[in-house]
Amino acid sequence: MESVLGRYRNLIVLVGVLFAQVLGLAVQVRRTTDSEPTRLIRVWAVGTITPLEKTLVWTQTTSRNIWHNYFYLRGVRAENRSLKAQIERMSLEQVRISQDADQARRLQALLAFKEQFISKTMAAQVIGSSGSELSRSVYIDKGEHDGIKPDMAVITADGVVGKVLRVYGSTSLVLLIDDQTSGVGAILDKTRLQGILRGTPSGEVMLEKVMSDETVPAGELVLTSGGDGIFPKGLLVGRVTKVSPGSELFLNIRVRPAADLSRLEEVLVVTKIDERQAEPDRTGATRAIDILAERLPTVPPKPETAEKGATPGAVAPGAGAPGAGAPKTGATTTGVPATATPKTVAPTTGPTTTGARATAAPTTTGSPAKPKAAPPAASASSGVPAAKKTASPGSSSGTGSGTSLATSATATGTPAVKAAPKPVKAAAQTQPQPKPQPAVQDSPH
Amino acid sequence: MAITYTSGEQVEVYRFSLPATILIPLIAVFLQAWLPLRFHFFTIFDLPLLVVIGFATARRNPLAGLVTGGLIGILQDALTHQPIGLYGISKTVVGFGASSLGIKLDVENAGARFLLTIFFYVVHEVVYFMIARGLVGLRMAWSWPHELLSGVANALLGVLVFMLLDRVKHRT
Repeated sequence: MESVLGRYRNLIVLVGVLFAQVLGLAVQVRRTTDSEPTRLIRVWAVGTITPLEKTLVWTQTTSRNIWHNYFYLRGVRAENRSLKAQIERMSLEQVRISQDADQARRLQALLAFKEQFISKTMAAQVIGSSGSELSRSVYIDKGEHDGIKPDMAVITADGVVGKVLRVYGSTSLVLLIDDQTSGVGAILDKTRLQGILRGTPSGEVMLEKVMSDETVPAGELVLTSGGDGIFPKGLLVGRVTKVSPGSELFLNIRVRPAADLSRLEEVLVVTKIDERQAEPDRTGATRAIDILAERLPTVPPKPETAEKGATPGAVAPGAGAPGAGAPKTGATTTGVPATATPKTVAPTTGPTTTGARATAAPTTTGSPAKPKAAPPAASASSGVPAAKKTASPGSSSGTGSGTSLATSATATGTPAVKAAPKPVKAAAQTQPQPKPQPAVQDSPH
Repeated sequence: MAITYTSGEQVEVYRFSLPATILIPLIAVFLQAWLPLRFHFFTIFDLPLLVVIGFATARRNPLAGLVTGGLIGILQDALTHQPIGLYGISKTVVGFGASSLGIKLDVENAGARFLLTIFFYVVHEVVYFMIARGLVGLRMAWSWPHELLSGVANALLGVLVFMLLDRVKHRT
């Protein structure tokens, strides 16, 4: 017996080791949820390998940053000019889009939709991968200590990347969307067909569960549907590249991910998603023409519109009195010397007084407001030296509706200060003079 | 590239120092996890497998081979999100097989190492495929061209890795 054991010792040990591992494997497979704590052996392995990866990535990033940010600055000025021009173009585009969004919000509010907003994200560096073709996942340098939790969505500027699968102390394992065990609720942009996005063993991404009698054009965008409870609705996932009839009743839709999953460096972890009822923007929209008007050197007068907005009767008694300024403009009267600050703020729909800072609507014209071309609100406290005012009181009606320009009048508690460094451009010229009111022209000091 | 059949007395048995025994597998697993981020094609290589084969053929001890293979495989498993044991079992088999074969064959020249690596790479993939599909239930597709091509690529890299391992091994 002993000789048999001695002769086959190696084989017996091999069988024993394999049996133990198969048993361990069976225990793990039997688990149906991932809610159990992470195996200690994973913690040890990750704790051993990821510090090396972090160090290497840090060294690489630092040296690259030093090179790019301090030494290799060729063409930066030209790029800066180009970017500034791009910002200008995008500002105009943003105005247009915000109007569309506002309209959409109003419609959603009517339908009582609930929206999901990404309210907080955390940038993370990709430091390593699983090293296996059958486990398409990466490690990031943020973990439990940074507030990362399992099932948080991970995205880039290009599109969806995956979700946080396991969280360790200072690192996390992110399951990519091209892994065969991942699943993302997805919707096609135009046809609004919904399906489930899954990875394949070969690393492709397929949209499943779309019925074969539907028509899906190649090139259509695939977005998150929000149905999985992990990814907020509307994030770009990828683009349909090939559609073919599949087995059973469903189509085979191949999707190319928008984010380059093989070259990930920095990602964003969505740490907080707000879900709130849609409500229309009540602040009023800025129009593209408003922004254009800001950039114009002069704006031609529009007397007809100014006449509509300027209400002579709105001028408060005593407005013409020296030092009284132009009351009834929504300015806060605090009994201290006030400063009329011709600071242009966001357009509002009426005079609003918030604490010491008052928002006046001096010229309600119903026409596109011209922030820099408007007269400054003249506010002051009665009986005290007032600030320099360059607008006539008659312009401070503060009544009316529509798009009006607001200028803030702030009581600062300082003695009368010279105001209106940029006095009146076009809008001042548009002011009608319903009553010959003496323009307040206080001395600076 | 002759693979000569040798008796147990003729073969030379090597050993590795403790730092080399610990650090080389760790570096292999680390590179396997890090390099694919920079060079995506590196996913076809299995650097830990090459280290297992290199250690096993040099030591020529089946027990040491299976233990080394098992530990390196489990370490590799721990970095993935799949159940622990897939690589562990595959590399245990390879470690045992390579060290057992190392007793019988002279695997000191590059040609023998090249063929041996292709063979054990395919063995590794077959065992992995069977376990992943049969026990874990993963969807997997087997492709002979892909596996053979990967085997050749790994064998080429393996020849280089074995040359590096030759520098740190000591004759017993």
